[in-house]
Amino acid sequence: MVYAIEARSTRKVYGSGSFAVTALDNVSIAIRKGEFFTLLGPSGCGKTTLLRMIAGFETPTSGQILLNGQDISTQPPNQRPINTVFQSYALFPHLSVRENVGFGLKMKGRPDAQIAGTVERVLSLVKLEAMADRKPQQLSGGQQQRVALARALAPEPEVLLLDEPLSALDLKLRKEMQVELKRLQLELGITFIFVTHDQEEALTMSDRIGVMSAGHLLQVGPPREIYNRPVNRFVADFIGETNFIPATIAGGVATVAGGARLAVATDAPTGDHTIAVRPEHVRIGAEGDGALPATVGESVYFGTDSHVHLTLADGTAIVARQQSDATGAGVLAEGSRVGVSFADGSVQVLED
Amino acid sequence: MAEKSFSASRIPGFATTAILVFCALYLPIVMLVLYSFNSGDSVAVWEGFSLKWYPLAWSNEQVRDVTLRSLTIALVASVVATTVATMAALGTTRRKKTKGQTLIYLMINQPLMVPEIVTAVALLIFFAAIKVATGYQGLGYLIAAHSAFCIPFAYLPIRARLEGMDKTLEVAAADLYASNWQAFRYVTLPLLLPGIVAGMMLAFVTSLDDVVITLFVKSAGQDTLPTYMLAQIRRSVPPDVNAISALLLLLTVIMLTLFFLLTRKRD
Amino acid sequence: MSKAEDKAARTETRSTWLLSAPALVLLLFAASGPLIIMLVYSFLTPGKYGNVIWEFSPDAWIGTILSRDIFDGTYSLADAHLTIFWRSVQLSLLTTLFTFLVGFPTAWFIATRTARTRALLLFLITIPFWTNLLIRTIAINQIIRNEGLLNTALLSLGVIDEPLVIIYTNVAVFIGMTYVYLPLMVLPLFAAIDRFDMRLLEAAYDLYASRWQVLRRVILPIVKPGVIAGSILVFIPALGAYVTPRILGGGRNMMIGNFIELQFGQGRNWPLGAALSVLLLVIVTVALMFYVRAATRSDSNG
Repeated sequence: MVYAIEARSTRKVYGSGSFAVTALDNVSIAIRKGEFFTLLGPSGCGKTTLLRMIAGFETPTSGQILLNGQDISTQPPNQRPINTVFQSYALFPHLSVRENVGFGLKMKGRPDAQIAGTVERVLSLVKLEAMADRKPQQLSGGQQQRVALARALAPEPEVLLLDEPLSALDLKLRKEMQVELKRLQLELGITFIFVTHDQEEALTMSDRIGVMSAGHLLQVGPPREIYNRPVNRFVADFIGETNFIPATIAGGVATVAGGARLAVATDAPTGDHTIAVRPEHVRIGAEGDGALPATVGESVYFGTDSHVHLTLADGTAIVARQQSDATGAGVLAEGSRVGVSFADGSVQVLED
Repeated sequence: MAEKSFSASRIPGFATTAILVFCALYLPIVMLVLYSFNSGDSVAVWEGFSLKWYPLAWSNEQVRDVTLRSLTIALVASVVATTVATMAALGTTRRKKTKGQTLIYLMINQPLMVPEIVTAVALLIFFAAIKVATGYQGLGYLIAAHSAFCIPFAYLPIRARLEGMDKTLEVAAADLYASNWQAFRYVTLPLLLPGIVAGMMLAFVTSLDDVVITLFVKSAGQDTLPTYMLAQIRRSVPPDVNAISALLLLLTVIMLTLFFLLTRKRD
Repeated sequence: MSKAEDKAARTETRSTWLLSAPALVLLLFAASGPLIIMLVYSFLTPGKYGNVIWEFSPDAWIGTILSRDIFDGTYSLADAHLTIFWRSVQLSLLTTLFTFLVGFPTAWFIATRTARTRALLLFLITIPFWTNLLIRTIAINQIIRNEGLLNTALLSLGVIDEPLVIIYTNVAVFIGMTYVYLPLMVLPLFAAIDRFDMRLLEAAYDLYASRWQVLRRVILPIVKPGVIAGSILVFIPALGAYVTPRILGGGRNMMIGNFIELQFGQGRNWPLGAALSVLLLVIVTVALMFYVRAATRSDSNG
């Protein structure tokens, strides 16, 4: 199968000698045509470096970048049919919205009439026809964001790169743009590669997510898989909230402190490991009956739900998320003893 | 009167000093301009309003001659200095630190650090040797000297403008299929233009103002307006020199106002 | 590094030098290069009608501080030269000190105004800064001459009976240099004060400091880089001043700059003029190095 974008054992090292910093360490990734792919990770994890390499702003120290199966590693950015929506938007302040959007086509030497038509069409796609003659500084942050998007889409690239494009917007606008971006992507069928550190953004928009940390690609998969089957502690911790409990695994059974036994996947590695359980999968009931004995600590009220802090027999602290009720009658008294159990299939054994 | 509220930044005596300083700075200049309209030739006794010194100064063929020479040198020198300073600014700003950048920076700013009289002496010696060797006595020496000492004045505002420019803009241009030349022509240059014009104006004013280097470098009969004026000052300042001074002052104020409008930060 | 990265880095270095080359060549030809030739000339023998004879001679350097008796060939301190040096240094230091004393309150005043007033006041400081030095010197000359505005006013007010003789004295040169170099002190001081966080003052007053203590213990240490920059910017051109002492000091109250010029005119001693210029350059370089060290030290403190 030919992928839209492929990175093969890509490495990027900045500086040299004892000052060398490895930004990207042997990353291989394959992104399908028409896919909404998200690179997710904390700042400094190498996701932006990878994006800049795909765009052509950086050359890999070793390894290759392929577009439709062709090696483009050393091709300059102005020859790649790939466009970027920059985090800062990078709109040309001396040009109008119309001129900004038409810039790429003009550089490609397209006739003026064709440019005008395309610009009109792309502007209506992002609903900015009315703003065509304004300067970028006269627009709101959300509008500038749309101009940046329109500018990158106008030359009809094969791949669109988005470098944290929503990070400068406020929460409400960000949610709107998430929906908008997803709609555009489905409508145009262009491959989107989206970079973000916001896990919620990644989960709601992506077809697949690649989680990165410290220059490594840790896990690639659909949002549901990343959330429910994290491969290691970093992924489990970075995406959503998770309780970590030390356990001994043997034959599909995890034994935790206090002797409680929990069912896990039969192919889980054996020996001493950590198991992960999401707070929403923690059930609080009466003591006994195979449940883990625990002591109730503080309860923190969040509106739709509350976080109940619990301490297990061996001192491990965990959190349970409970739906709030209208009366507050269900609030557990601090210090009371309870039994904790986990929803079926919710216990994950982490490799490290 | 209401009791004065406490202000931490107020220090007694400072405001008074400052106001006196502004008066002291402007009194001599204002008097100079005022007395250029005096019908008598005194600089202290007012004898009525008259514009006679201006046409009188202009009717002097030598004044016209040196003014034209000053303007020619200033124009050529500011264009040359601005051109090379723009290139140097593009070469030294917003790049990874490379070896030798400090050296380049030091060399460009050297005319600001070395006293004018020292540069003047060095140029006198060097150009005298060239004049002997080549026999060429023309304006080229003055133009070369002026171009050189104007470089830092053109370089600094251009560099400042360039440093304030988002480098992502050129990256975005390259992303949108612009070649290096297209990115420069359609993005960098238009954004840099106010800085270039500002730099050229500072260079022009600097060249027009120069006395010491011109005095040492000029060959016979190559007086500029300032060296001509200096030579006219004996025990007193002739009123026509006063009139020329007032005009030069006006020119400086116009140029500076334009400079400020150009470099003013956008809201 | 990969080949491509290596190539990119080399292209970067090459374009830095290529783009800077025209400026550097021009500066080398008409600013930096001639300084080296000047150094060579300071070791040559003066020609009879100016210029030099290409024979090595240390006389110019000896002559900067010693004078040789034409009859018995013995050396003694050249009093005339030393007087000129001393006057130059003294007047430059005094000018620096005085511009600071009046420039600091001015800069403070500007920095504590509202944004619009501040822009206007800064503009007012910048106009004299960019106005031809010659014109400003002429302007101050008109004021302090015997028959100038100051004397006319004082005489008519009956404060004095005879005109004050200021022109062609050291005082005239001092007044003139203070006047022409004041903006050079105010601008860097303003830049430093502008960055000063005024809330620190409230904190200091809150902690029982008096106004004088606030000035000495809080304000001055923090704005020190601006004080140093301003002092250097005034001291260097003052030490090399030529126009102002020529117009206001007359023939007798020369400074180094005028003395150097003399060697290329009536003096006909180019090597001595070159040696004096090199000496002036050395003093200025030492002052600049002091500035760089002081500036970097206060940088690392703050």
